[in-house]
Amino acid sequence: MSAWTIEQRPGRIALAGQLRIDNAAAVWRALQHATRDVEHAHHVEIDLGAVSAIDSTIIALLVELRAALATRGTEVEISGASQAISGIVHLYGGDRAPAGTGRFARQRSIARLGSTVASAWAQWRRLVEFCGELARGIAATVRHPSLGGWRELGPLVARAGADGVPIVLVLDFLVGFVMAYQSTRQLQTYGANLYVADIVGISMTRELAPLITAIIISGRSGAGFAAELGTMRVGEEIDALRTMGIAPVPYLVVPRVVALALVAPVLALVGDIAGVAGGLVVGATSLDVHPHAYLAELRAVVVASDVWTGLVKSFAFGIAIAVIGCQQGLGTRGAASGVGRSTTTTVVVCLFTLVAIDTGLTMVFRGVGL
Amino acid sequence: MSSAMIEARDIAIGWTREDLLLEHASFEIRRGEIFGILGRSACGKSTLLRALIGLEPIRAGTIAIAGVGAPRLGSQKPVFGVMFQQGALFGSMTLGENLALPLERWTDLPRDAIRAVVRAKLGLVGLAGSEATRPANLSGGMRKRAAIARALALEPALVFLDEPSSGLDPITSAEIDRLIATLAHTLDLTVVLVTHELGSITAIVDRCILLDRESRSILAHGAPRDLMASTEQRVQHFFGRVPEAA
Repeated sequence: MSAWTIEQRPGRIALAGQLRIDNAAAVWRALQHATRDVEHAHHVEIDLGAVSAIDSTIIALLVELRAALATRGTEVEISGASQAISGIVHLYGGDRAPAGTGRFARQRSIARLGSTVASAWAQWRRLVEFCGELARGIAATVRHPSLGGWRELGPLVARAGADGVPIVLVLDFLVGFVMAYQSTRQLQTYGANLYVADIVGISMTRELAPLITAIIISGRSGAGFAAELGTMRVGEEIDALRTMGIAPVPYLVVPRVVALALVAPVLALVGDIAGVAGGLVVGATSLDVHPHAYLAELRAVVVASDVWTGLVKSFAFGIAIAVIGCQQGLGTRGAASGVGRSTTTTVVVCLFTLVAIDTGLTMVFRGVGL
Repeated sequence: MSSAMIEARDIAIGWTREDLLLEHASFEIRRGEIFGILGRSACGKSTLLRALIGLEPIRAGTIAIAGVGAPRLGSQKPVFGVMFQQGALFGSMTLGENLALPLERWTDLPRDAIRAVVRAKLGLVGLAGSEATRPANLSGGMRKRAAIARALALEPALVFLDEPSSGLDPITSAEIDRLIATLAHTLDLTVVLVTHELGSITAIVDRCILLDRESRSILAHGAPRDLMASTEQRVQHFFGRVPEAA
């Protein structure tokens, strides 16, 4: 490490030797210590006459120190610099009036809360605006079907639907299985083993299969739409579409919304069957309920409205997921990191929205006696 | 001390040993000069730069930086700074955090001193007061300036710049060129510059090499003025912006 010294006299600090980034921390501490004692002075000279080498980090620190002392009423003059060092001092503005010391913008917690609320509100507004744009896009597509990118519809349905069947089957089966398994002790206590069919059948068809399936669709298709459209956005492909006279909402968004609106209820129905099957396995193996008895009880207790209210929920979930994914994707800003942010936001907003829609529809169905 | 900052001897670069972009290439980059790596698109300029840095393997030959072999990237304090073509600023960080990152990693400066250095470095490239700005909110020119500031964070004597003025309007491009020349002169930097911008070449480059895609070799080397006066047809075509079929 290079040798350097600092010498302090009244109104004067002299630096000597080689001042490099490697000893910048020690130089900074020494300068701060030295200037602590000169705060009452009106004028301080920092003499670089004996400095043999200095790099721009040290100059940056001197300029910062000069600005800090200026705010306390102490004028600092950097003197004795050779021609080469003067060039660096000039580059950093050390020979101009101090600009004052800034601080990295740091928000207080209340301000952070405020900006979080403002950002959530802005996001909500953008979503509402996007829904308006989508409604116009759907109307335009109905009038002129050629505006929609219908060639994409088949592959979209296959990706979101057929490719998602295995995971929907497994997860909904396990949810039905676990729910039945958790109920076994209570049911055995009251000798109500057969009611496992009631518990699993009603809760899966009305509530859990549509919700679990929608969560799976959010993670697979919602995030996928956001990533796909976000990548197109940052790659200027969306702009290219616009320049070719193709409106992105009818062309890209409407087919995706239609695809998920079709696929989500079908997957939920698959989920209903898988969940009920999970309950049947537990009933047969842990509760001595014969499969025929389980299915007969299921037919007796689960009515058509249980199934179709679940499917209506799924339909709404599918539309919501597609809208959120597409809105986040088309609203992507920045480069690759922006795509990652949009994808994450899509999943979070989808989960919140799904639960909100579920709550609303459950209350509506209960209100009309379903 | 040798006058050479970088010595490349008989090097070959390319995706594989069979698919080479450049072979049997030797050149020397002197301390304190602005050295240009020129050539048409896809001739291997950026790959050569990445090989000099150590991001791409060389298939043959040797590269020495400041008299020693290529440094081990990531495990030792970098002896050079690099500005990538798109800036490669970390989008999840502010500009201040981008510049502070190497200082936090490789110096024992306290946080207030790091803030001071970051502020000064951003001021140096004309971005004073942008510490809290995110890269996504910057224009192309500002992003390049910020990337130059980050490349200078650890006071390197050697800086690699990959197409610093490409994709910018002529005025911003000229401003970036002037900034590079000023920094190189004042901070006594050796600058290795990849470019195909003729304006940059004539304005700031001291010496350069011109790579040729077909012969996979260095077609010409020397001062830009000498290359422009060359009688070699492909060199004339490059500087005269003549299409290949002409």
